[in-house]
Amino acid sequence: MNTEIPGVVIMFAATVLLALPLGRYIGKVYLGNRTWADAIFNPIERVIFKIAGIKPTAEMNWKQHLAALLTVNFVWFLFSMFVLMNMGWLPLNPDRNPSISADLAFNTTVSFVSNTNLQHYSGESGVSYLGQMVLMLFQFISAGAGMAACAVVFMAMREKATHQLGNFYNFFVKSCTRVLLPLSIMVALILLFNGTPMSFKGKAQFISLQGDTVNVSRGPAAAMVAIKQLGTNGGGFFGANSAHPLENPSYFTNMVENMSIILIPIAMVFALGFILKRSRFAWMVFGVMTLGFVWLLVPTIYQELAGNKAIATMGIAQPLGSMEGKELRFGSAASSFWAITTTCTSNGSVNAMHDSLTPLSGMFAMLGMMINSFYGGVGVGFLNFYIFIIIAVFISGLMVGRTPEFLGRKIEAKEMKIAAVIALLHPLLILAGTALSSYLYAHNPAFSAGWLNNPGNHGFSEMLYEYTSSSANNGSGFEGLGDNTPFWNISCGIVMLLSRFLPILGPVAIAGLLANKKYTPETAGTLKTDTGTFGIMVFAVIFIVAALSFFPALSLGPIAEYFGMK
Amino acid sequence: MSNHKQNKVFDSSIFRTAIKQSFIKLSPRTTFRNPVMFTVWIGTLIMMAVCVWIAAGEAAQGSLAYNIIVTVVLFLTLLFANFAEAVAEARGKAQADSLRKTREETPAKWIQAVGEVFVDEIKTVPSSQLKKGDVFLCEPADVIPMDGEIIQGLATIDESAITGESAPVIREAGGDKSSVTGGTKVLSGRIKVRVTTKPGESFLDKMIALVEGASRQKTPNEIALTILLASFTLVFIIVCVTLKPFADYANTPITVAAFISLFVCLIPTTIGGLLSAIGIAGMDRALRANVITKSGKAVETAGDLDTLLLDKTGTITIGNRKATHFHLVQGVSKEAFIKAAVLSSFGDETPEGKSIIELGGINPLSYQAVNPHFIQFNAETRCSGIDFESTRIRKGAADAIRNIVEKSGHRFPAEADAYVKQIAENGGTPLVVSENGKVSGVIELQDIIKPGIQERFDRLRRMGVKTVMVTGDNPLTAKYIAQKAGVDDFIAEAKPEDKMNYIRTEQQSGKLVAMMGDGTNDAPALAQADVGVAMNSGTQAAKEAGNMVDLDNDPTKLIEIVEIGKQLLMTRGTLTTFSIANDVAKYFAIVPALFIASLPSLRGMNIMRLHSPESAILSAVIFNAIIIPLLIPLALKGVAYKPIGASALLRLNLLIYGLGGILVPFIGIKLIDLVISTWF
Repeated sequence: MNTEIPGVVIMFAATVLLALPLGRYIGKVYLGNRTWADAIFNPIERVIFKIAGIKPTAEMNWKQHLAALLTVNFVWFLFSMFVLMNMGWLPLNPDRNPSISADLAFNTTVSFVSNTNLQHYSGESGVSYLGQMVLMLFQFISAGAGMAACAVVFMAMREKATHQLGNFYNFFVKSCTRVLLPLSIMVALILLFNGTPMSFKGKAQFISLQGDTVNVSRGPAAAMVAIKQLGTNGGGFFGANSAHPLENPSYFTNMVENMSIILIPIAMVFALGFILKRSRFAWMVFGVMTLGFVWLLVPTIYQELAGNKAIATMGIAQPLGSMEGKELRFGSAASSFWAITTTCTSNGSVNAMHDSLTPLSGMFAMLGMMINSFYGGVGVGFLNFYIFIIIAVFISGLMVGRTPEFLGRKIEAKEMKIAAVIALLHPLLILAGTALSSYLYAHNPAFSAGWLNNPGNHGFSEMLYEYTSSSANNGSGFEGLGDNTPFWNISCGIVMLLSRFLPILGPVAIAGLLANKKYTPETAGTLKTDTGTFGIMVFAVIFIVAALSFFPALSLGPIAEYFGMK
Repeated sequence: MSNHKQNKVFDSSIFRTAIKQSFIKLSPRTTFRNPVMFTVWIGTLIMMAVCVWIAAGEAAQGSLAYNIIVTVVLFLTLLFANFAEAVAEARGKAQADSLRKTREETPAKWIQAVGEVFVDEIKTVPSSQLKKGDVFLCEPADVIPMDGEIIQGLATIDESAITGESAPVIREAGGDKSSVTGGTKVLSGRIKVRVTTKPGESFLDKMIALVEGASRQKTPNEIALTILLASFTLVFIIVCVTLKPFADYANTPITVAAFISLFVCLIPTTIGGLLSAIGIAGMDRALRANVITKSGKAVETAGDLDTLLLDKTGTITIGNRKATHFHLVQGVSKEAFIKAAVLSSFGDETPEGKSIIELGGINPLSYQAVNPHFIQFNAETRCSGIDFESTRIRKGAADAIRNIVEKSGHRFPAEADAYVKQIAENGGTPLVVSENGKVSGVIELQDIIKPGIQERFDRLRRMGVKTVMVTGDNPLTAKYIAQKAGVDDFIAEAKPEDKMNYIRTEQQSGKLVAMMGDGTNDAPALAQADVGVAMNSGTQAAKEAGNMVDLDNDPTKLIEIVEIGKQLLMTRGTLTTFSIANDVAKYFAIVPALFIASLPSLRGMNIMRLHSPESAILSAVIFNAIIIPLLIPLALKGVAYKPIGASALLRLNLLIYGLGGILVPFIGIKLIDLVISTWF
C-alpha cells in the first residue's frame, strides 16, 4: 500500500468537511442572515460603505449588477497599469526592480484583474513590493468580484426571485471582508509559522559553506500565498510559485495550501444549496463536479506513480514515480493531486513543473482547464457549470415531454442564445489562439524563433496549454514556452479578458432573464434537476460539448506523445 | 378512437411526391432555413469543386473515386433530410386532402335575397362561389356545401364523413349547437345556413397551409433548439477550421474530403435533418386524432399542460343521469309508488324521465289513465307531472314538492327528508313524487361514470396533469362524483364566468390550462385558456376563440392532445440526444484516420480497428447519411410517452437514446467498414 495515496484522500475529505460549514456561512453572508461575525464586520463594512457612498440595501437588476462589475474592473485596470509601469521610482522597492514594459504590464494587469495570474514575469526579480501588493489587492478583488457575480446568480435562482437581485457592492465587499479576508489571515498565519517569509526587507545575504555569496529573495510572501490559493488566483510571490521552498516549505504547508485551493469553490456549491433551500440540488452539482474531478485525478495519480516510460526504457528504476520536475518533499501523488486541483479550479499555482508531467497527466491537467467547471474558480466555476446545466436542462426537458424549465422558469430562445455563445467561447478562444500560434510557427519560423523548448507534439502541447490556461483564467504555465514576447503577452491578454468577462456576463444575464419570468410550480411531469439521472445528463453534456471539442487538438499533443513513447 | 384514419408511413403516392419534393427543397432559399443542413449543403458544393480539381490533375487529395463517393454521400445526406420533411408534409397533406375532398364543388342552394315582400329566390351554384355572409338552404339528402351557422330550422345531420361517427347528430338554430360543417349530410329537417368563412379560409384550409410550409412558422421551442444546434455546428466549424494550422504544425497534410467529412459527421445532422419533419408530424398526429390545430405552437403547449378543465357531462359521466332506486315513504305500497313515479314520467321526454319508466318496468299505458293532462317542467314550478280524473301526481326537486305538500296542508315526512339528504350525499339527484299533495316516495337519479375514466385520470395524474371537473351540480353531488371518478378538483354550480376565473387563478400561479367548450358563453374562457379546444358542433364564436377544433366533439380528446404534445417534444429531445451522442464514435473513427499517415503511433487510437483511413472516413459519412432515413419512421410516429414520472422517463430515454446513441454508431461504422474495406 502506497503511503502517498492516504495523504491525497485525507486532503480531499478534510476539504469537503470544512466546505460544508463554510458553505452555510457563505450562504448566510449573502442572504444577510445574522452570523457570529456581525459584531466584528458590521462596523468595518459600515465605514467602507460610507466612504464609497454605497447603499448596501439598494436592490439592483441584472443589468445594473453587470454595469457595476464592469465599472469597478475598468477602474482597477487603469490603476494597475499605472503602478506596474512606474514602480521603478515608486516606493517599497528595496531590490530596485525596474518598471515593466507596456505589453507585459497589459498582460499582467489583465491577468490579475481576470483572476488568471498568468505570470509572464518572475516575481522576485520582476516586480517591486509595491507591485506585489497591488497584485495581491487584485487577488482579493478579482476573487471577490467572481463570488459576487455568483451570488447574483444564486439570488436569481431562488423560487421567489424577481428582477431585484440584491446589491452588487454589498456582495462584493462582504465576499472580501467576511470570507476571503478571515480565511486568508488564518492560512497566512499557518504558513508564517511554518517558515514562509513576511517582511518588507530586501534580499537576505549569506555566505555558503563553499564561500559563495548567496542572495535570498524574500518579502511579504505569506499573505500573498494565502490569498493566491483561497481566491483561486494562483499568482505566486516567487517565480517558482508553490514549488519554491519559501512559498511552500513542507508537506504540511502543501496540504494547507492545496486544501485552500479547492475549499471555497466547493463551499460555494453548498452555499447554493443553503440559499436555494435545495440541498439535494447542491449535492447533485457537487456529485457531478466530483465525478469529473475524480475522472481526471485518478488516472493522473496512476500515470505519475507509474513513472516515466522513457526513463524506464533506460533501465532506471522509479520507485517514487515520475519525479522529473517534482519536489521531493511532496512526492508524485501529492503533486498530481495539486496539478489536477489547480487546473480544475482555475487556480494555476503549481508545486511541480507541469511541463514534466507524463503526457496523459498533462492532458488531464489541460482537460481540467478546458472544462473549467469541476469546482472551477471561486464563484466563476459555478457560473460555467450553470451554462452546462442550462443546456442539459434544455435537452432533457424535451426528453420528458415538456418545454424545458429550470427551477420553475421556462428556458426559451433568448436564454439558449446566450448559453450557446458562452459554451462556444471557450473552445473558440483556445483553439483559435493555438491555431494562430501553430500557423505562425509553421509558416514564419523567424518570428517564432525561441518560442518552444521542445519540438513536435510536446511543443504543440506547450502552446495549447498556454491558451487553455489563459482562457480558463487559470494562469498556470506548462512552461518551456518563451512567453514574454509582445505576441504572447497581447494575444493571451485578449483571450484572458474575453474569457473572464463574457462567461460572467452570460450566466448573470440568463439568471436575470429567468428570474423575470413567471414561476411554474413543480408537478409530477416536471423534470427534477436534483436527481442522479439529471447529474449524468449534465456530465454527458460537459463531456461531449466541452471535452470532445478538444479531442483532435489533444490527439496531436499529449495523445500522440503518449503513443509515441511506447 | 374508432375513427383514426390510418395510412402507412410510406404510401406509394406519398413516396413519389416526397422524392420529387426532396429535390425541389435543395434550393438554397429553402435550405437556408435550416442552419445545420445548410452547412452540409455548402460542404457538398466544396466537395464537387474538389472533384473537378482532382479531375483537372490535383494529386494530393486522394483518388477521384473516393472523392466522388464522399460527394455523393453528402448529397444523399441532404436528400434524406429533405425527404424526411417532404414525407411528413405529404402525409399531413394527404390527410387534410381526404377531409377536404368531401366538400369540394358540391352544389349549393344559394338563397338570393330579393326583398322583404317577395319570396327569396333559390339558385343552385357551386359551393366555391359562396361568399362569407351568404345564406344557403339545405334539405334532406343534401350535402352541406360550406361551414356555416344555422340561422333557421333544425336538422339531423350525418357527420360521419368528418368524424367517422355514424350516429346522426341534431343541429338547430340558436344555442350552442348551431354550427354545421361542410361535407356533412342532412338526414332530415330543413335548415337555412349562413356561411361563416371565406372560401379557402376554413380551419381545414388553414391547417393545410400550416402543414404545407407556406405559412409554417417555427415554434418558440423549435427556434431555441435550432439555436442550440446551430451553436454545436459553430463549435465544430471551429474544431475543423483550426485543425488545418494544427496539421501544418505537425506536418500532417489533411485532405479536403477528410475535413468536410469530419465536420459533417460531427454536426448534428440527424436531428437537423429530422427537426421540421418532427414538427409537421406532430400536427399530423393531431389531425389523425381528428383535431385541427391552428398553430404548431398549440400542439407544443399541449405537452406542457398542468390543468385540464373537463365538463362532467359527456366526459366523466355518460350523458345523462339515470334512475337507479325507488325509496318508499311509510304508508305507501311499492306498487302505488311505482305507479305514481311511472305515470309522472309518462309525458316526460327527457332521458331522466325515460330512465324512471325503465326502472319501473311497467308500460305507463297499462295504467289506463283517462284524459291525462301532462304538466311540463318549467323553471318556475320546477316540477312536472300528470293530472287525470282527480289524481294529481307531481315529481320534482325536494323544495318544489315541499311547497306543494305544505300548501295542501300536509306535512313533508322526515323520512323523505332523510332520503333526500342521503341521496345527495351519495352524489345522486333526489326527485320527490307527490300524489294529491302527499309525498309518496323519492326517486334516486345517479350519474353513471364512464367505464375506464378513472384509469385515464390516474394516467394524467402520473403525467403531472391536474384534472378539474366542471359541473352545474350542487357541491355535495359534485364532490361525490369527483371522488368517484378520481378527478383532483371540481367547480360546482359552475357558471361560465367561474371557468374563466378558475383558469385565471391557475394561470396566475404559473400553470398552463386547457379546456374544452362549445357554447358562445365558453368563448372568453376558451380564449383565456392556453389550449382551448372547441367542439366542431359548437358555435362559430367558440371555434374562433379556441386554438384547436375537435371534429369528433369528443370531450375526452384533451387527454389525447396532451400526449400528442408530449410526444412531439420528446421526439425532438431524444433525437437530439441520439444525434449528439453519435459524435463519440465518429470522433474515434475519423480523428485517427486524419493523422495516422504522418503519426503512425496514433494507431492505438483506432479502437474500432477500421481498415484504412479512407474506409474509416467513408464508413462514418455513410453511417451519418443512412441514419436519417432509418429514423424517419420514428420521427413521424413519435417517441411513445409513458406516464412513469419525469425522472424515470429521463432515465429510460437516456438509456435508449443516449447510451444507444453512443453504441449504435460504433457497431454501424464497423459493419460498414467491413463491407467497404474490399475497395478502400
